[in-house]
Amino acid sequence: MTRSLLHEILDYANRADPYPLYEELRKTPVHHVDDGAYVVSTYYEIRSLLHDPRISSEARHLASTAHDPLAAAAQEEDGVLPPSFLRLDPPEHDRLRRMTNRPFGPPHSPHRVDGMREELHGIVSDLIDGIGDPGRIDLVDQFSYPFPVTVICRLLGVPREDEARFHSWADTIAASLDPDPDADPAERGKEAHEARMQLGMYLAGLIEQRRKNPRDDMLSALATAEGPDGAMATMELLSTAALLLIAGHETTVNLVTNGMLTLLRNPDVLRRLRADPRLAVPVVEELLRFEPPVQLLPQRTPLADIEVRGVTIPKGASLWLVLASGNRDPQRFENPDRFDPDRRDIQHLGFGSGIHSCFGAPLARLEAQLALSELARRLDNPRLLQDPPPYRQNAVLRGPRHLPIACDGIRP
Amino acid sequence: MSGDGSLEWLRREGRIVVVGASLAGLRAAETLREKGFAGSLTMIGDEPYEPYDRPPLSKQVLLGVATADGTALPRRRALDATWRLGVAATGLDMAAGRVRLADGDEVPYDRLLIATGVRARPWPRPEEAELDGVFVLRTRDDSTALARRLAEGPKRVFVIGAGFTGSEIASACRERGLAVTVAERAAAPLVGALGGVVGAVAAELQREHGVDLRCGVMVTALEGDAAGRVRAAHLSDGATIETDVVVVSLGATRNTEWLAGSGLGAGPRGIACDAGCRAFDIRGIVTDDIYVAGDVARSPHPLFGYQFLSLEHWGNAVSQAEIAAHNMLSESADRIPHMWVPAFWSSQFGVNIKSVGVPSMGTEIVVAQGSLTDRRFVGVYGYQGRVIGAVAFDHARWLPFYQELIETTAPFPPPFPMVDRRPDGQRPMDADFPDPSVPTHGPTVTLSGYSPADRRMTFTPAH
Amino acid sequence: MRLVVDLNRCQGYAQCAFLAPEVFAMHGEEALLYHPQADEAHREKLAQAAAACPVQAILVDAVDAPAEAVSDER
Repeated sequence: MTRSLLHEILDYANRADPYPLYEELRKTPVHHVDDGAYVVSTYYEIRSLLHDPRISSEARHLASTAHDPLAAAAQEEDGVLPPSFLRLDPPEHDRLRRMTNRPFGPPHSPHRVDGMREELHGIVSDLIDGIGDPGRIDLVDQFSYPFPVTVICRLLGVPREDEARFHSWADTIAASLDPDPDADPAERGKEAHEARMQLGMYLAGLIEQRRKNPRDDMLSALATAEGPDGAMATMELLSTAALLLIAGHETTVNLVTNGMLTLLRNPDVLRRLRADPRLAVPVVEELLRFEPPVQLLPQRTPLADIEVRGVTIPKGASLWLVLASGNRDPQRFENPDRFDPDRRDIQHLGFGSGIHSCFGAPLARLEAQLALSELARRLDNPRLLQDPPPYRQNAVLRGPRHLPIACDGIRP
Repeated sequence: MSGDGSLEWLRREGRIVVVGASLAGLRAAETLREKGFAGSLTMIGDEPYEPYDRPPLSKQVLLGVATADGTALPRRRALDATWRLGVAATGLDMAAGRVRLADGDEVPYDRLLIATGVRARPWPRPEEAELDGVFVLRTRDDSTALARRLAEGPKRVFVIGAGFTGSEIASACRERGLAVTVAERAAAPLVGALGGVVGAVAAELQREHGVDLRCGVMVTALEGDAAGRVRAAHLSDGATIETDVVVVSLGATRNTEWLAGSGLGAGPRGIACDAGCRAFDIRGIVTDDIYVAGDVARSPHPLFGYQFLSLEHWGNAVSQAEIAAHNMLSESADRIPHMWVPAFWSSQFGVNIKSVGVPSMGTEIVVAQGSLTDRRFVGVYGYQGRVIGAVAFDHARWLPFYQELIETTAPFPPPFPMVDRRPDGQRPMDADFPDPSVPTHGPTVTLSGYSPADRRMTFTPAH
Repeated sequence: MRLVVDLNRCQGYAQCAFLAPEVFAMHGEEALLYHPQADEAHREKLAQAAAACPVQAILVDAVDAPAEAVSDER
């Protein structure tokens, strides 16, 4: 396995359907790529590593990134801002995540997300109302992208008139996480660096404003926090805000788009969802298993030599956990390649697991449930114009770049 | 009663009786139906209520966010059972296959499951225990009565015993703004279950939340007023605590008295059964029609040297019930052993405490992640060079890893570096469990067998 | 609706407390407190919470007519 399975997976040509490659990958649950990364692809091994305290998320514990384009790209982050809690281990991770959670979720803010239901509904309605020509819709540009951007901006307190600027910064930074081995890493790194700078400066200005005149949004709360952990340092706050912004929409856009694509490929489920919007709940859970928006976690490393399925993964090695493959592991899920919202046993890895499990999961769930049930209800006879649709470059945050669809009309 | 034919007959039209209509009894009954048992199913319970969940009784109910009569357990499926509630079982005729009830009825069975659980150990002096204002907490009625009294705003609540239940009661009282004194015979709360190192953290937690915690003392007497209401408690150090509510939280007693003289291997330590949940008779011969599950059972565990363990754990009740039900309906080759790794949780003073394995078998402890001072940590217990248990304070997501270490009898102390392993987490300390010969309450795991090294037993041949 | 959470499984991901705050609450950072008897009005949110639990620890009553529970026929 030389220009191996991993390169095949990263190869853009296979973006539309990486699942046969994952199946191949699972034949070697711990796959060592030519002196580079160790790729783990089976459910139980991934889950167990996600709870293993010998595994670090910090880049400084990586011995070498020479053969790992993704890790190299990721290290670019460190130039501008301190690492966010995504790339930190406890106790720093726990402290920052706890502080970030304070204005976001229980126990201190139990109603923040639940209280956004109506607002989410309003945003979804407006976007569908504004679709225009039903004969040619790009669901990504017209719906899946603007929806989560708007939501995350409202949550944080970013003014709407600035949303367009966010769109382009976030896009550039997300693309820099793309482990496409053929791109010029230097060029890509430079662009990402520039985007980070701009985003950082913008946010710093906004944080300053909110510190002086706090409003009922997360940035204000984070900037003026008075919990037992104190307030975040400005640089920490910048990292955190950037993380929330990027993670908040680069992933949800894929969840929603993958969702509609999957529904259009499974018309019986789409029909059922139209008749009963409550089906959106199991549909989204199954979607998180079937087409997870984050396909793999490429940023972990063991603090000591560890043994997994008879393979020794050395200390400092780059460790990739292929969540999307674990979700299709027949050792764990019956008929794993079937999209089945009636599946009862569904402990998927779509949001990861353990201490780094997705921070925004409850919001993403609500967004996707609402988006899909409303699209199902309001689009009259929707159909795919292109299958497979064109995909984004990114193999980690995988999803269609455009989703051309048509319908007979928009129901009220 | 052997061979395929009779098992088929049992599944189709046999009579299965479940004594004990709580968590274990209910889950066993559901499992029986799930596995296709179509015969008659009788559920016998001494309380007049359908199966309810007990953990909320010392938490949600005392906090006033739920009521004790709203804790009925959800059903996995319809049962189609005959319920005999509010009637205790009073005897067992093994030869005839009958359970005697308090109302004189006799219920015949082809298979019997005993899940009679435990009851709160009362205050040892009956005349003091009967004073108005003296409570125990185990049942729905206990909880209703105590919650009502707490809602009336007593001047001070006095809790005897700082095991898990006692500590949770104290926590709920403080959260309601009530003054609380806790008296504990040992040097710290939770020491029976978690040892002195972790107990010291629990003690700090209590004091920080305003509990008047008194350790190393015994309660010598409860004093009532002329109207028969409790008014004070006297302690062995000479102190007197004025109080109007006393909660006796001294652990539990197994409900096995009704089996006295039946010939079943039942006693104060519980009912001995094999790893497949079949009860032993007093001769040490395993029965084939009587099964045991839940808190009342004591069974050998392969991970812990085949010692007999009695587990007062919610998860054990569920798991053992499911296995007992499965085995009841299976040929011997299809039976499965009960090998559940002990696990429990408690929440008190805003901290989530979870444990796996058997910490109380540990002689040493190492703080593998986090720190005791932050009260966010994982403590790992070692016994003879292997990992035997773990406890987490607000660190639950790491526990699956430690469970794996226990299951694979990994070496202690864990030799590898880990995230958030602090400098003082490198060397093991004495776990500081109290002398096992001194009775404690609330260890939640009781080693109820005899190890070969235990010389207290003498063998007296019968004539 | 009766419900119970297997708190041995629970790892404090708090999805339920986000999605159905009327029924589930975090008590501190990690401990979960829930109403063992949820109001009928919260049926949908309860279903959302149960489905979202990453460790599938929430059991909601499967029996529609709880009256089945204890008909005390002999």
